[in-house]
Amino acid sequence: MEYILIFITAVFVNNIVLSQFLGICPFLGVSKKVETAMGMGAAVAFVLTLATIVTYVIQKFVLDAFGLAYMQTIAFILVIAALVQMVEIILKKVSPALYQALGVFLPLITTNCCILGVAILVIQNDYDLLTGVVYAFSTALGFALALIVFAGIREQLSLVNIPKGMQGMSIALITAGLLAMAFMGFSGVDKGLSALFGL
Amino acid sequence: MNGIIKENPTFVLLLGMCPTLGTTSSAINGMSMGLATMFVLVCSNVAISSIKNLVPDMVRIPIFVVVIATFVTVLQMVMQAYVPALYATLGLFIPLIVVNCILLGRAEAFACKHGPVPSFFDGLGIGLGFTIALTLLGGVRELLGTGKLFNMTILPEQYGMLVFVLAPGAFIALGYLIAIVNRLRKA
Repeated sequence: MEYILIFITAVFVNNIVLSQFLGICPFLGVSKKVETAMGMGAAVAFVLTLATIVTYVIQKFVLDAFGLAYMQTIAFILVIAALVQMVEIILKKVSPALYQALGVFLPLITTNCCILGVAILVIQNDYDLLTGVVYAFSTALGFALALIVFAGIREQLSLVNIPKGMQGMSIALITAGLLAMAFMGFSGVDKGLSALFGL
Repeated sequence: MNGIIKENPTFVLLLGMCPTLGTTSSAINGMSMGLATMFVLVCSNVAISSIKNLVPDMVRIPIFVVVIATFVTVLQMVMQAYVPALYATLGLFIPLIVVNCILLGRAEAFACKHGPVPSFFDGLGIGLGFTIALTLLGGVRELLGTGKLFNMTILPEQYGMLVFVLAPGAFIALGYLIAIVNRLRKA
């Protein structure tokens, strides 16, 4: 039950893009087509879950064990960068089909702040490994959901006549604002659920 | 000076969107985030331009990232020691300066081709542009959301539109600011 609560909170209530402002660059950058949005969403889900496991292990068994907690930022960003490279190499060898689908997006992910952000949040919130993984995966699903919905809206928007000054990023941001407002409708759902489950 | 208007990182180049939206719930917060980023940008620009000849081309990106991460860690520790309240408000966005594309972008586009002195001024210009943009956006959101500006009451409380302090207001306010800047640049 606790995991369902974390899932719903991360996907709908505290959506990583629309209420926490992480991962805005890919959200605005690769949301012109629904297909690319799906590819990006899948790549983020894959890397985010993996990165959370690896950074959690590093934090507990290397940084905490040797009293190096202040090295967190440097250690995590290097681990994530190395991990993305490794995933790229392994995917190329093991599953060329998946590599074809995700390949373009993988290098972009290193600088996606939601990976580093979630890795740090899991440590800050003192989650255990399983909770952290559930949280990371649900966050990634929330990211994918927001990205795909937004891409769908932008596809329609490209057919509409928009005032000159508003074209491009300006109208995209305002659309994102309206989407965020829609997601605000979910606020409070997490509290209701936790009361319902008796947590 | 290019960084402030013509190549403003926020309004024109659209880089570093996460802290731009996430930390601008008030003018003070926006300005602090801008200054923090400027500090890291100036330091990393100077450091990278001084070591550029020692770094092999193949591994330059990881090395730049480590240099940036080092200055971010320094900033984190200084802020934790001297301004803990501010550090708590900006929270996650301080370590996330590492993945702000403005920093790596300037390192790649400017610092690794120029000497330390021009790189210092490039960092200062772009950093100032970023700070001004964040302060402006924070000011607009604070004024519309709570009727205050830099914590001084300008409009009576009941005229505040709470939505501008919350998440949707960030997107909408930035969208309109970019539209205004686009219009001004054409004129």
